[in-house]
Amino acid sequence: MLSLIVFLPLVIAAVMAAVPSIGPAAARWTWVAVSAAELVLVGALWAGYEDPGPNGLAFEEQVPWIPGVNSSYHVGVDGLSLPLLAMTAVVFLACAVYALKDSARSRAQSALFLFLQGVSFGVFVSADLILFFVFFDLSIVGMYFVIAGWGHGNAARSALKFFLYTFLGSLALLLGFIGLYVGSDPHSFDIPELVGAAPLENNPVAGPLVMAAILVGLAVKTPTVPFHTWLPPAHTDAPAIGSAVLAAVLLKMGTYGFVRIAMPILPDAWRAWAWPIVVIGIVSVLYGALVALAQTNLKRMIAYTSVNHMGYIVLALGAVGLVVDDTAAARSVAVTGAVVQMVSHGLITAALFLLAGVMRARAGTYDMDSFGGLAGPAPRYATLFAIAAFASLGLPGLSGFIAEFQIFAGSIALAPITAIALPGILITAALFLRALQRVFTGSTQGQSHGFADVSGRQLWSVGPLLALSLLIGVLPQVLLAVIEPASAALVGLVGR
Amino acid sequence: MQMQPALLLPEIIIFAGGLAVLLGGSFLPRHRQWIARAVAAAALLGAAATAAVAMAGTAQTGFSGTFTVDTATGAARVIAAVTTLLVLGVAGGEIAGSPRESDTYALLLFATTGTMVLAGTTDLLVLIVGFLLASIPLYGIVGLTGGASGAEAAMKTYLMGALSGIVLMLGATVLYALAGGTGYARLADELPAAPAAAVGVGVLCVLTGLLFKAGGVPVHFWVPDAAQGSGVTAATFLTTVPKIGALVAVYRLVATVSTGNDSWLIVAAVLATASMFLGNLAAYWQRDPRRLLGWSTVAQVGFLLVPIAAAGRSDLALPSLLFYLAAYAPTNVAAFAVTAALPKHRELAAYRGLARTRPGLALALLAALLGLVGTPPLAVFVGKLTTATAAWDSGYGWLALVVMLNSLLSLFYYLRWFGPVFARPAEDTQGFPRPGGAADWPTATAVTAATAGLGLGILAGIVWAALEGPLLLQG
Repeated sequence: MLSLIVFLPLVIAAVMAAVPSIGPAAARWTWVAVSAAELVLVGALWAGYEDPGPNGLAFEEQVPWIPGVNSSYHVGVDGLSLPLLAMTAVVFLACAVYALKDSARSRAQSALFLFLQGVSFGVFVSADLILFFVFFDLSIVGMYFVIAGWGHGNAARSALKFFLYTFLGSLALLLGFIGLYVGSDPHSFDIPELVGAAPLENNPVAGPLVMAAILVGLAVKTPTVPFHTWLPPAHTDAPAIGSAVLAAVLLKMGTYGFVRIAMPILPDAWRAWAWPIVVIGIVSVLYGALVALAQTNLKRMIAYTSVNHMGYIVLALGAVGLVVDDTAAARSVAVTGAVVQMVSHGLITAALFLLAGVMRARAGTYDMDSFGGLAGPAPRYATLFAIAAFASLGLPGLSGFIAEFQIFAGSIALAPITAIALPGILITAALFLRALQRVFTGSTQGQSHGFADVSGRQLWSVGPLLALSLLIGVLPQVLLAVIEPASAALVGLVGR
Repeated sequence: MQMQPALLLPEIIIFAGGLAVLLGGSFLPRHRQWIARAVAAAALLGAAATAAVAMAGTAQTGFSGTFTVDTATGAARVIAAVTTLLVLGVAGGEIAGSPRESDTYALLLFATTGTMVLAGTTDLLVLIVGFLLASIPLYGIVGLTGGASGAEAAMKTYLMGALSGIVLMLGATVLYALAGGTGYARLADELPAAPAAAVGVGVLCVLTGLLFKAGGVPVHFWVPDAAQGSGVTAATFLTTVPKIGALVAVYRLVATVSTGNDSWLIVAAVLATASMFLGNLAAYWQRDPRRLLGWSTVAQVGFLLVPIAAAGRSDLALPSLLFYLAAYAPTNVAAFAVTAALPKHRELAAYRGLARTRPGLALALLAALLGLVGTPPLAVFVGKLTTATAAWDSGYGWLALVVMLNSLLSLFYYLRWFGPVFARPAEDTQGFPRPGGAADWPTATAVTAATAGLGLGILAGIVWAALEGPLLLQG
């Protein structure tokens, strides 16, 4: 089942790349069909999912790959990965629908995104460090070609920066993985085995060093301050669907790595690094929000709010490592909040980037000052954007609130000092309200004249993302029921 | 100890094939020279098959303990034979129908034999024979296929080679004087008791000679010139095949002299670091794709020296070296084969827009270059992963860090090449030749070799199992 989910898009992508006679329209519709099939498959997975218990995996599959170094094709899902899997399926389908009218080299574009989709699923189901790394690295290669091939502005340069920077991160990660292998006994790359063995425990030198390598690798991908500088240019110059996938799915690979690899395998070192991680989280929250506030380019602004939102996740996960006594409940709430935030940020930011793409397609610019009173000519666009903005700033009733509420409830209970990140929410609210005001209110002026409202296809790609955000906001139990047992298990592992 | 010619069957087949090609080629009309190529290919296939059969049997030594047929020898033989076969494919585009066609094939086969001897020998005197057999045909190939710029490359290669050969012989003489014999078993017994300084000089001299063959620091200066100046057949061959034998020979030597003495492992680690950094940094601003590849192979020798620093200290060391060699050979050939398919494009900028007109070639180039970077699931990734793991496993964690750092450094210049390939074609570029004609040979070779690089990575487990076997040092 999981292998089908991972390899179906990869196989279709390979076929599409190899057969030149597939026409552009056929390619785009195949892409939509495969993405829809993937969503159905993930839905079936969700329906059949039962919590596998601590350090267990559901739908497990294992085939030896390189027995010489104890690495295998080992996949499985649990409460931490299943929600991300579902979010990935939804976001890719939204992108496929959004791109139905794109005409630039449709066959190559469809193949590339299907490839990215398979690879992204691969990252979230991997239960082997090398397998994880394979997919992790391939996602970088795929995204490089998306930005370089379909971007605008200074795309080649942004793509180069993205590739070099995130490749640096992935190599640091690989170094950390090798360290885990060498430090474990018997040597293994298998994640559940490593979690069980807890390598490098009570090793005050190698443990924190290996953790540092893994942290750098994941922090580049997440990205947190000070490793975020690749993000704004990559987002600004990427095509709309590229930005959506980059923000919604690829960034999650970093934070997912924390909960899947760093925290359970090296609990000791995680606790040793907890304070620096919390500080990095707080700085990311505040810095991301403040810089976003100063932007006039809509896409850059959204990109910086990603730094802010990822900061909440890092903050919560760091706080979990701070104390180990009888605070299991609070720590579990913080982890749950972090995972919900991953899903929520994926849905909302994908919607925001797709809407930014509509703006560029209509007016050729992201500059917020060249608009005004856009709500008049484009009421549906204004409504969608307003919902996305409110979701992003954490309005109750939408998914962002559920996530951020739990993050702060958990973190502040563990370490009251984390409350200094609270203004981040305020600043985010201010910057979104200001953007709404600048672009949509007042008298219609500048580029707003003749701005055509969203088309059906755009509505059908953005709408479901926001509907899901609303669903999570109103009925969080659907999601929390899956995440909470896994959070409790993770908290137990970190507290070892 | 009796002679066991059957042990040398692959070498004998290739050498005999070389003689047949040389003599038969003289009597073939120029338009029928493809027969010579077919004979050469048949000899290589036969050698690869017999070597694989020998590899499946038990490890043994022959010729009074001077030659060993173990996993390392077997793997080196198979890799060398198959790689030379791929080089023949590259040659199909460049020298088919040229006046020196069959001569070149004969020289390729002789040099391949030399490489195999280098890989299998456990005696310094046979090592010298292997070195000369691998080197002398090479000077000829570089000169024959290069034209005017080839003369300079041939001169440089010859002078460096002659110097290295003398240094190698000097080292062998010193070690012989110290140990009273040239067999590795005797060296391992006697050298620990010999004066350390003299041993140091002797081993360093032998290492220098072998590093010339491998194209590593400090005797690497000929590599970029030869890669750029000689014909593409010669460039492909000399940056790939001799490395196979030379690095296995370095491994045997270091494993012999490092029993109970870690200092030679540190020397290997330092040489690896120097090769990686120098090769990668020098490749940075190259504009000729072949010169860039030349420097990149210097860096790759550095990566290949990494497991040698773990010789005898980690179970992963030898299999990871052999796997890296098996992965590196087709990957490097694929990159060179792409340049052979576009012989008029001698600037990185000229590759702009290749993906639009020749998507197959562009994908092969992408797979080759990403392979050299070490992107999974391509084969070199498994090589880099396991070599770095072997190094860390035997206590050289910093060497693993250097490997990662250099992979990052190398990405930049490979990106300078394949970035434009997928960009929109510029207005004023010269365009690309349509498929068809002699250039189909290197194109097919590039695609085959790149596919092999991918397949080896995905089937790494099976290949790895075949490469796990002990090193037979003692006669």
